[in-house]
Amino acid sequence: MISQIFILSSKGDHLIYKDFRGEESKDSISVFYEMVTALSGDQPPVVMVNYGFWGDLMSGLHFIHVRQGGLYWVASTKTNPSPFTIIEFLNRLAALTKDYCGSLSEKSVRMNFALIYELLDEMVDFGYIQTTSTDILKNFIQTEAVSSKPFSLFDLSNVGLFGAETQQSKVAPSVAASRPIMSSRGEQGGKNEIFVDVIERLSVVIGSKGVLMKADIQGEIRIKCFLPTCSEMRIGLNEELSIGKSQLKGYSSAVRVDECRFHQAVKLDEFDTFRILKVCPSQGEQTVMQYQLCDELPCAPPFQLFPSVEKDYVNRSVNLSMVLIFLKLRCDLPPKSTALNVSITVPVPKGSTSMSQELSSPDQTAELQPKNKALLWEIPRFPGGAQLSALFKVDVPGLSSASLLEVGPVSMSFELPKQTCTGLQIRFLRLSPTQTGLSQRWVRYVTHSDSYTIRI
Amino acid sequence: MPYLGSEEVVKELRRALSNPNVQADRLRYKNYITKVIRYMTQGLDVSALFMDMVKASATVDIVQKKLVYLYMCTYASDKPDLALLAINTLRKDCADPNPMVRGLALRNMCNFRMPGMTEYIEQPIVAGLRDKASYVRRVAVLGCAKMHSLQPNTEIDGTIVNELYALLRDPDPVVVVNCLRALEEILKDEGGVVINKPIAHHLLNRMKDLDSWAQSEVLTFLLRYRPRSDDELFDILSLLDAFLLSSHAHVAVATLRLFLHLASAHPTVQADALLRTSAPLLATCGAASRELRFAGLCHVQQVMRSQPGLFGTHYKRFFCGYSEPSYIKFRKMEILVELVNDENVSLVLEELRSYCTDVSPELAQAAIAAIGRIARTYSEKCLDILTGLLGLKQDHITSAVIQTFRDLVWFCPQSTAAVCQTVGACVDSPQDSEGKQALLWLLGEHGDQISSAPYVMEGYIDGLKTELSSAVKMELLTAAVKMFLCRPAETQDMLGRPLHYCIEEESDVCVRDRALLYYRLLQRGVEETRKVVTGPKSDPSMSVLTGRQEEPISEWASTFNTLGPLAGCDLCPQTDATSAADQPSCRAENELLPDVTLSSPDDTEEEISLSLGPPLSHETFEKMWLDLETLHRQTLGFPRPRAAPDTLQAALQLVKIQTLAFTPGDTVPWKAYIYTRSTETLILAELLQGDQQAPGSDESLVVSVKQQPVNQHAIRGFVSVLKSVLWPIKSKN
Repeated sequence: MISQIFILSSKGDHLIYKDFRGEESKDSISVFYEMVTALSGDQPPVVMVNYGFWGDLMSGLHFIHVRQGGLYWVASTKTNPSPFTIIEFLNRLAALTKDYCGSLSEKSVRMNFALIYELLDEMVDFGYIQTTSTDILKNFIQTEAVSSKPFSLFDLSNVGLFGAETQQSKVAPSVAASRPIMSSRGEQGGKNEIFVDVIERLSVVIGSKGVLMKADIQGEIRIKCFLPTCSEMRIGLNEELSIGKSQLKGYSSAVRVDECRFHQAVKLDEFDTFRILKVCPSQGEQTVMQYQLCDELPCAPPFQLFPSVEKDYVNRSVNLSMVLIFLKLRCDLPPKSTALNVSITVPVPKGSTSMSQELSSPDQTAELQPKNKALLWEIPRFPGGAQLSALFKVDVPGLSSASLLEVGPVSMSFELPKQTCTGLQIRFLRLSPTQTGLSQRWVRYVTHSDSYTIRI
Repeated sequence: MPYLGSEEVVKELRRALSNPNVQADRLRYKNYITKVIRYMTQGLDVSALFMDMVKASATVDIVQKKLVYLYMCTYASDKPDLALLAINTLRKDCADPNPMVRGLALRNMCNFRMPGMTEYIEQPIVAGLRDKASYVRRVAVLGCAKMHSLQPNTEIDGTIVNELYALLRDPDPVVVVNCLRALEEILKDEGGVVINKPIAHHLLNRMKDLDSWAQSEVLTFLLRYRPRSDDELFDILSLLDAFLLSSHAHVAVATLRLFLHLASAHPTVQADALLRTSAPLLATCGAASRELRFAGLCHVQQVMRSQPGLFGTHYKRFFCGYSEPSYIKFRKMEILVELVNDENVSLVLEELRSYCTDVSPELAQAAIAAIGRIARTYSEKCLDILTGLLGLKQDHITSAVIQTFRDLVWFCPQSTAAVCQTVGACVDSPQDSEGKQALLWLLGEHGDQISSAPYVMEGYIDGLKTELSSAVKMELLTAAVKMFLCRPAETQDMLGRPLHYCIEEESDVCVRDRALLYYRLLQRGVEETRKVVTGPKSDPSMSVLTGRQEEPISEWASTFNTLGPLAGCDLCPQTDATSAADQPSCRAENELLPDVTLSSPDDTEEEISLSLGPPLSHETFEKMWLDLETLHRQTLGFPRPRAAPDTLQAALQLVKIQTLAFTPGDTVPWKAYIYTRSTETLILAELLQGDQQAPGSDESLVVSVKQQPVNQHAIRGFVSVLKSVLWPIKSKN
């Protein structure tokens, strides 16, 4: 059971504090903040204090926290509960806050603190989770959300999915999905919209000779629903979708996933034959299906890198030396697609002082980050089939031949809008005919790089 | 928000709240109330406004009501007399026709944590239990628990308990779960809510109606139920089967825990359940939420204690992502080390090699240590990588590699020659004290195989005056003496200087004592010294102690899906990750040279100090044990250490606890008799596990303490010292 829940800003300001059981004083907030910031870097989600002796799990106060939207979402407990439950609950709390407030940031939490208190009051009683379903909660939540107006592109929680799609037509505007779900009474006017997003996270390791060493895809179908009343929705996936390793059908280019799991509200009676998911979406965001594909990529990896690293002495006598890093990067996407926000991080030898670069277009940037011992090359747009190259000259005083070993592995991050690596598609999206009024349906695809590493 | 003087703020707010103009304007009034709550959250004491807030509670605006209730619950305990004024309004609301208002009022009234509240809330709660609206029933059920917590020592009200048991049949699933929770709290002293067969089956049948939070909680309650027959057991398991693959990680894991628990007599069923949940567990390890990932990884580690092969084919899933926080990377590396086999060793090593140049030194060192662990099995490949890393000439890497070498030589004597060759050829020396100690140890222990050893050692002796760390100085003394024993001709001159310096000029007492000890030893003659100083070069039994053994599932099943597995990292704080490599060897040194670096255990025990005193004979012990009463009995919360008896004995001896007798091996029940002395009192204790008669001893160690003469303070100290010793031994294995 949960003793207290609080939300702290990254600077430690108290944004929300609710004590459910009166077991601990409010001082525990500062105790937590001190512990979590005492060491540099992020701390594991469970932090403990006051234990009598090592490992005496029963006598202490435990804090379980998650970090979302730059905030600490913390639950404290004196018992020894399931960490999965608490972590998922805190994530759910953050998701609900996002649903109700439109976006997730220190500002939106500050502005909507009354709403969040109201939510917490209904979600948890005496430290026990009561309900987190939007359908039930919406009957009880009375406070209206104050949406923080100026949408910032730097709002990281949104940039991945929506911020990118500014130049594509026929795509919902980037801000469309980041508004409060309960705004029907508000000035934005309740648009009957529903968004279905297919989001895949790609994690790839490419060996030094361009061999694919590891490729995992974690995907999910996420619905964000603004329809005030729920009706059944049918989501049709690729008919040739096969699940599991054994079901490969002949030589057809079947779309395959290793396994998938569904939200418990999803009805699967038509899934086995027609690959249709039936679901009554409740307001707000929910994940209806999660799937994964391991050790295999149905398409070529989106990027291939051809690096060459050389040592060059400018002046041997004063030991002025530099490392030449020549990178040729090819995007193996279909020609019509584009990768966005591509950034490439290359570790450089310790002691690198400065860098000069030759990039092929002015919109690219590159900089040396001495603190991280790395150079960062950023490409805002990278069309499919294109090949870009860059030359970096990194000055390293006192370079030894071993220093070249410090260059690499290269890691990349990017996003591929309108693209799924598994090939999973949504064929159709039908709301049952009883649905009155106009409703707009949006289907969006995006692939993120969870981790994309290329060894040199 | 500016922190004006809090008094100013409160004064201003009170003026506003009592202003009739403001009160007439609902929107402005509400704004001020919101402001009060905002200040309250920030930590400002606004309790002085209680009177004004009570007035504000009489409103039809539900939002305003909620805000005021939040305020009142926070300050009710500070202002009990004023809070009583609000109760009338609340009680009136409890009879409101709108169920939402009824529930809200009842919930908040029960949240007033102040004495004497019971008489006001009892009647509304009882009425609430029979309310038509499930929303009110939910609140009322938890209200019973709240009422009990207000007066924890009063007698349990039988009628309420009965009513709650009856409400387990309520059509609303949340009411059902709340009943379980409330009963659990009310009946805490009697062992919590009773899960008998009808209740268990009822709950199982309701599982589908519950939401995921309730599901995982009910699954936890069901742990208490023991099916009567195997048929019933398998019925239950097949009913729960679908939940193993729930898309909610917490439900899947809670189901797995229940499976492991129920099927404890059927290892094949357990193995099957583990196999089936391996996919959801792996998916959790790749979840978008990194906190969830971490929890998943910690539990994968637990499963691997019994089934190391389960995730073998998925080793690539444990490669570290570039942007992952280091707490996840550390865990992944630990798992990777365990998953190494003949087929994947080169790929795993290649992956680990790429972490060794990470920008974070802790991570790089952990990666090097991981390679060192793999080297115990695949020494050749790993030695190549480690030697290559020395070429990078970076201090933290060199230091970590040397430390890894030291451990490797200790655990895996056959790699000594190769290591010595590399160390001899290595030009740079580590700069930090950990690395220096490791290098000195290698020089001392294997000086005969490292040709340049005396010259390197000489460098350190020359730098002795500027050396800050006393641990390095002590290591230097030891190493110099050892080297003198194997290469006397080259070292004789060298040895005198550090001994002289440390005896005459050193300010650190420990170092001086160490030097004196060696000096006197050497006075007794070289052979005497050799006998004392040079122990065995390596202890093959160590690999048994630290090596991977498949544990029975019951070892960890009880802590599965609790904070325990996640806390493992907190028990040895993050800095330990860097020195993870040298922990085992420190322990080894402790055993062979008990005087080296005993981190004085007395630090941890605060005031009480234990001492050994004259030994007790078995007969005396037995007689006293039979004569004395048990003064204290405690469940320690973890199972018995599976370390070798010698280790256990040595560990206890370090904290001055004498072991009298053990039951050998895996006999059940397992017992151990120990004793110690503390300020004028003799403490006798029995450690027990697996005895049917002792409650709680089937999963955890139970300690019973007898004492003569009685001194409660000493017993507390003794138990905590005992815990502090046994816990780490237990967790190491």
